[in-house]
Amino acid sequence: MTAAPLIEVEDLRIDLDDGARHVAAVEGVSFRIDRGETFGLVGESGCGKSITALALIGLLRRPLSVAAGAIRFEGREIQGLSAAEQRALRGNRIAMIFQEPMTALNPVSPVGRQIAEMFVLHKGKSWREANQLAVEALANVRVPAPERRVKDYPHQLSGGMRQRVMIAIALACDPDLLIADEPTTALDVTVQAEIIELMRNLCAERGTAILMISHDLGLVANVCRRVGVMYAGRIVEERGSDDIFRACAHPYTQGLVDSLPRLGSRAALGRSRLREIAGVVPAIADFPSGCRFNPRCAQATEICRTTAPETTWLGAGGLVRCHHHA
Amino acid sequence: MKLGTSAIIGGTLFALAIFVGLFAPWLAHTDPVMGANLMNAEEPPSWTWWFGTDAQGRDIYSRVVHGARISLTVGIVSQLVNSVIGVTLGLTAGYWGGWWDDVVNGLTNLMLAIPSLIFALAIMAVLGPGLTSLLIALGLTNWSFTCRIARASTLSLKSQGYVQAARVLGYGDLRIMITQLLPNMVGPIIVIGTLGMGGAVLAEASLSFLGLGIRPPYPSWGSMLSEARDQITTAPWLSVFPGLAIFLTVLGLNLLGDGLRDVLDPQSRSRRA
Repeated sequence: MTAAPLIEVEDLRIDLDDGARHVAAVEGVSFRIDRGETFGLVGESGCGKSITALALIGLLRRPLSVAAGAIRFEGREIQGLSAAEQRALRGNRIAMIFQEPMTALNPVSPVGRQIAEMFVLHKGKSWREANQLAVEALANVRVPAPERRVKDYPHQLSGGMRQRVMIAIALACDPDLLIADEPTTALDVTVQAEIIELMRNLCAERGTAILMISHDLGLVANVCRRVGVMYAGRIVEERGSDDIFRACAHPYTQGLVDSLPRLGSRAALGRSRLREIAGVVPAIADFPSGCRFNPRCAQATEICRTTAPETTWLGAGGLVRCHHHA
Repeated sequence: MKLGTSAIIGGTLFALAIFVGLFAPWLAHTDPVMGANLMNAEEPPSWTWWFGTDAQGRDIYSRVVHGARISLTVGIVSQLVNSVIGVTLGLTAGYWGGWWDDVVNGLTNLMLAIPSLIFALAIMAVLGPGLTSLLIALGLTNWSFTCRIARASTLSLKSQGYVQAARVLGYGDLRIMITQLLPNMVGPIIVIGTLGMGGAVLAEASLSFLGLGIRPPYPSWGSMLSEARDQITTAPWLSVFPGLAIFLTVLGLNLLGDGLRDVLDPQSRSRRA
């Protein structure tokens, strides 16, 4: 696609500064998402994927702040927008759904009202119209008997239903980008599949781009066309999701792929152990020098410990950051 | 919804006081101010004079019934003013933090350090006695607890997922405060308000007793007690009945406040569902 990307992140650096220490939590992160595209960010807890998402919607709060780089939505720099302009984007053009459908809904307000509020807030509808639209929105996320459900309070709904309501709220204003931060982690597996399917279909129908954030490589690769793998605040590999299982280039990605159980494999039959990546993610305050993965990497050599690897471009728009990439 | 015993008893007492206040002209036997008749002075309670009469021969029952109007007006209105001030300050301080939070905290501490009755006395001394100045004095001096509760609730609610979600969905500050924060703290605010109303009824009585509230001959429970002070040994019914009225109203409000706390507790709310 040659047109300007929907959202473009360039060399983003997010600093953590709580007075006592000043460290880069996210560094050199670049990616772009075109209209209607699906992009996934994968990584372990604390690798910086969620704060990257917060930076996209301009909601980083102290002690975190964008220190360098650019985030452009439709060519406009997000950091340069006024607070009111940013608010007009949020929920309207860029929407987000969260990990915890249990807590993301206001417990004292009927769900229909919470959906309707989006139409009032961003589309200037009257409450009467908005309530009507809320019923439709609830029907769109396949909630049965929506005209009765709109009067329900969040505690009367199951986890899956609440996540459907969250999706209805997020997609109420037909956003251009939907950020899904671990959207199904709190749900059980069968509900998870339904929710993912629903989210994917609705976004495909409307041409909404998805940025999906998860620790689950399998899930992300299933939903997204391209996947970026983050480790310790950097994107270490970015590939088409088909390539990532066949020919991943970074040892960390390889580790993630190896640690996925597969149907019919020796591991699944119980004849060998599932492989894990040795060690833990380093804390933000003491990221190792050089390649940040080097203490856990089997292929690490001297250069890995001293020099951070440059980006190497692979075919088909992929990239990797490793001195020894395959 | 299951109401506890204390909420029922308290609610009944409070409802009774409201009823008496609303229908005072119909419930009273004589005019509370003009119904003086020296022929009936200092009659003890009897079938004719339910609560007895005072030195001017006015029916104490009628005066207590009319006194309910003043006491409850002061209690309800001044506590409403307190709640509005307290919630506005506490909510904005907790939400925005920073220098505004420091200012509000300082002000709250100041208010807590000055005995509120003394402060109200000072305001009354400036404004002069009367119902309006009583409402102003009591409405401005008792918001610190409401403010503290509102601020504390805001601080804990602010990190809740749905408040964060509202921000992500493009809600403005004011909209977040009104739709997300306020409805979720209404429970404790109502409880504090109910208890504060009892306090305001007492404060009104104290100020009137000290001669700075409602002036004789208009009947407020506090001013009636004040007048009855000299005859407490000779005509105890003059003090007993207004005192009893204060006692029952304040007891009712306190029981109601306690009972509401149990009902409005978010934990018990989700259990009921």
